[in-house]
Amino acid sequence: MNFDPRFSGRKFSSVGTRPIRPDGVDKVTGRARYGADFNMAGQLFGRILRSPHAHAVIKKIDTSKAEKLNGVKAVITAKDLPDLTDGDAAMYDILDNCMARKKALYDGHAVAAVAAVDARTARQALKLIEVEYEVLPHVTDVDEAAHHHAPLINDQIFTEGLEEKPVKPSNVTKRTQFGHGDVHKGFAEADFVVERSYKTEQTHQGYIEPHACVASVSSDGTADLWVCTQGHFVYRQHCAQLLGMEASKLRVTSSEIGGGFGGKTHVWAEPVALALSRKAGRPVKLVMTRDEVFRASGPTSATSIDVRIGAKKDGTITAAEATLRYSCGPYAGSWAEIGAMTAFACYKLDNVKTVGFEVLVNRPKTAAYRAPSAPMAAFAVESAIDELAHELGMDAVDLRIKNAAQEGTRASYGPVYGPIGIGPTLEAVKNHPHMKAPLGTNQGRGMACGFWFNFGGQTCTDLNIGMDGSVSLAVGTVDVGGSRASLSLVAAEELGIDYSHVKAIVADTSSLGYNDMTDGSRGTFSSSMATISAARNAIKVLRERAAQMWDVPVDDVAWEKGHAIAKGEKYGNLSPLSLKEIAAKSGTTGGPIAGHSELVADGAGVSFATHICDIEVDPETGSTRVIRYTVVQDAGKAVHPTYVEGQYQGGAAQGIGWALNEEYIYGKDGRLQNAGFLDYRIPVCSDLPMIDTQILEIPNPNHPYGVRGVGETSIVPPLAAIANAVSNAVGVRMTHIPMSPPRILAALDAEREG
Amino acid sequence: MAGIAVSTTINGDNIEYLCQPDETLLEVLRDRLGLTGAKEGCGTGDCGACSVIVDNRLVCSCLVLGAEAEGRKIETIEGMAHGDQLHPLQQKFLEHAALQCGICTPGFLIASKDLLAKNPSPTEEEIRFGLAGNLCRCTGYDKIVRAVQDAANVMKGA
Repeated sequence: MNFDPRFSGRKFSSVGTRPIRPDGVDKVTGRARYGADFNMAGQLFGRILRSPHAHAVIKKIDTSKAEKLNGVKAVITAKDLPDLTDGDAAMYDILDNCMARKKALYDGHAVAAVAAVDARTARQALKLIEVEYEVLPHVTDVDEAAHHHAPLINDQIFTEGLEEKPVKPSNVTKRTQFGHGDVHKGFAEADFVVERSYKTEQTHQGYIEPHACVASVSSDGTADLWVCTQGHFVYRQHCAQLLGMEASKLRVTSSEIGGGFGGKTHVWAEPVALALSRKAGRPVKLVMTRDEVFRASGPTSATSIDVRIGAKKDGTITAAEATLRYSCGPYAGSWAEIGAMTAFACYKLDNVKTVGFEVLVNRPKTAAYRAPSAPMAAFAVESAIDELAHELGMDAVDLRIKNAAQEGTRASYGPVYGPIGIGPTLEAVKNHPHMKAPLGTNQGRGMACGFWFNFGGQTCTDLNIGMDGSVSLAVGTVDVGGSRASLSLVAAEELGIDYSHVKAIVADTSSLGYNDMTDGSRGTFSSSMATISAARNAIKVLRERAAQMWDVPVDDVAWEKGHAIAKGEKYGNLSPLSLKEIAAKSGTTGGPIAGHSELVADGAGVSFATHICDIEVDPETGSTRVIRYTVVQDAGKAVHPTYVEGQYQGGAAQGIGWALNEEYIYGKDGRLQNAGFLDYRIPVCSDLPMIDTQILEIPNPNHPYGVRGVGETSIVPPLAAIANAVSNAVGVRMTHIPMSPPRILAALDAEREG
Repeated sequence: MAGIAVSTTINGDNIEYLCQPDETLLEVLRDRLGLTGAKEGCGTGDCGACSVIVDNRLVCSCLVLGAEAEGRKIETIEGMAHGDQLHPLQQKFLEHAALQCGICTPGFLIASKDLLAKNPSPTEEEIRFGLAGNLCRCTGYDKIVRAVQDAANVMKGA
């Protein structure tokens, strides 16, 4: 890295303000173009045929009738996507998920696809494809799948991470373990021990925009892909590898993205669209229906988690352990591993052990969902911590403050923390008026903490200064929720110019170097670091040009508030040169002025949040309403505070849906029963109260402005905070998410029957 | 298949098109007329992203047939601003950051416009129930409700 990324404690003029986002007008006028809003001349419409079976051998596919239908231009099966993965197991799984090769592994698994002159013809063509299946026994429940006599999903999988290599294949792909100290010793020292098992059901990210793309493959081997994605550079790599292309020959443009939350970090239909286009010799537009989005993209893991925590009478936790089983869909993943890493990350523990098991099930391939795996682990652990507080007769916040991790604490997953925000968020919650507000009948209050790692990653930006002094900022991290505004603020801050003179765009894969995708809350963190670096490189050029214009040594030229200043009394007569004045002369002082940056944004500061929530349960129906909600989270430095609040509120709302309503419901036949927004009910406006936010700023020492990622942590505490609130309201410990009315009524009935 | 000839008014303009009997108004707007501001989030009337106003009635255009537009007056997001002058709701959505990804925004704006036309001084609860047919997955609705409240105040003062 060619610049100093450390926190400098500077005063800000642009950063921290709340201007209107640069892409705003297009989005309120309907002009912004999302995945499905793009069209090409001569384009065909693609459709995918999906397995109705949860688990079946594909014995034969006859596409001849479909091919003969007038208007059909291409029909493809797995044969048209030959295996070019060269032993790369993860890529093979992606390929197999895009188009089933030997077996259909879940209800909704793609088995064939067509491209036709219009959508109607394509739909008709799907009905003419004949697939012969041999239906196999299936398993969709995470605990049942982990059992040794469950139907085997892949007989080549032998559990990794065991001391001895198993002799029999299993649906458990991997065991991982984290921790330190001696939990046996720790539990022996405990005066109180709580132990309980928890379950969470599978949820979908629920982005309102279905996956959509337009693929155009030319006969010269080059191709264009227009797609809604969180990472067009990663999509390019995956698509190029699966289709046997050189990456540079595939230009991927990210459209505006209508929500992703982790679900648009994986290719699904894009390689299929490219294969259809290659075969048909015409552009192909492929848009998923909502039914397909639920059945074949996205969901997070269903989990089953056991937690045991021991403490002394004074509240000091002496030992903590958890066993976590996460469903992965039919392909190996590392979801339980992440859960095992995050489970106890909020606490300072001498003796801690977590074990994760990855479990294959006949459900869609698990995808990342906002702080993936952390909310379920936090639900289990934070529920147990609350129960421990009851046992100890301690206040739930005080117990957490007493055991909270601090700077210098060795995290349960290994590293030693720098400056962190868990203690300050807890103190803020303790002193928050929300905690002191009175509660009514059938109401309960809960609180919980959450952690997320945050990520930095490979990042590249270009900053070009026009001859009129305006600035074009080209970034490679897809803007999922306002990052063009925050990055424009950062460029304005660093250059010392007004926000209105900066225009940020997301560049396509042929116009900018590689960028990791927008995940791990990295968009603003990493691209702001690269933007600062690019701006400083541009300032170096601006100083050189000013020195040339003045005919003075460049070392005597400083950059202050958007102007070159000649330092020293001997230059007393030289008025400062503005960026605009220097840019105007650039044609005769050496040509265009630009700053570039390519870096790995190391040092994403970890993130903590604490949430408070009040709920009211209707004891007659079991229906639960959230009546007040407060989010307290560390942002490091809030670049655009309004969008930081938006991330806090949005994560909380998704967590509320997960806690109370949302779940994938499978029938005994292994088919998804609720693949639509009517039956998979995400929170609507009338379900929620205002969501109050409090932004704390504990600077991240690894970022020049102290920025931390803010996007994901807000979904981590809600499951537990709401479960604690409901448990406090009804007097029964709730252990199964979502706490839908039937589950709450069942818990109340069980309590009454004693 | 022969198409059905339809004459209608969209955002004040007289428009004629041919459509198939099973084609939705949303498909006509997006695929035949290039008005892609209305979005398809579900195709089943559950998300409100395709909201338009037909003869002063808020509808999901995915649940209306293109042929049903005959002789009607349709308002879409593309007709909400006057030239470069944004509607107060559009302006307040920007000022309050009532959008993150923005895919639901056209539907929310149309639904909010319809709400304020029928109830110029809605309470928070009336706004929340008035917009309950529109899904947003990004914002938690907080800033949307505040933007509509603010716009209602501005529009009353105007």
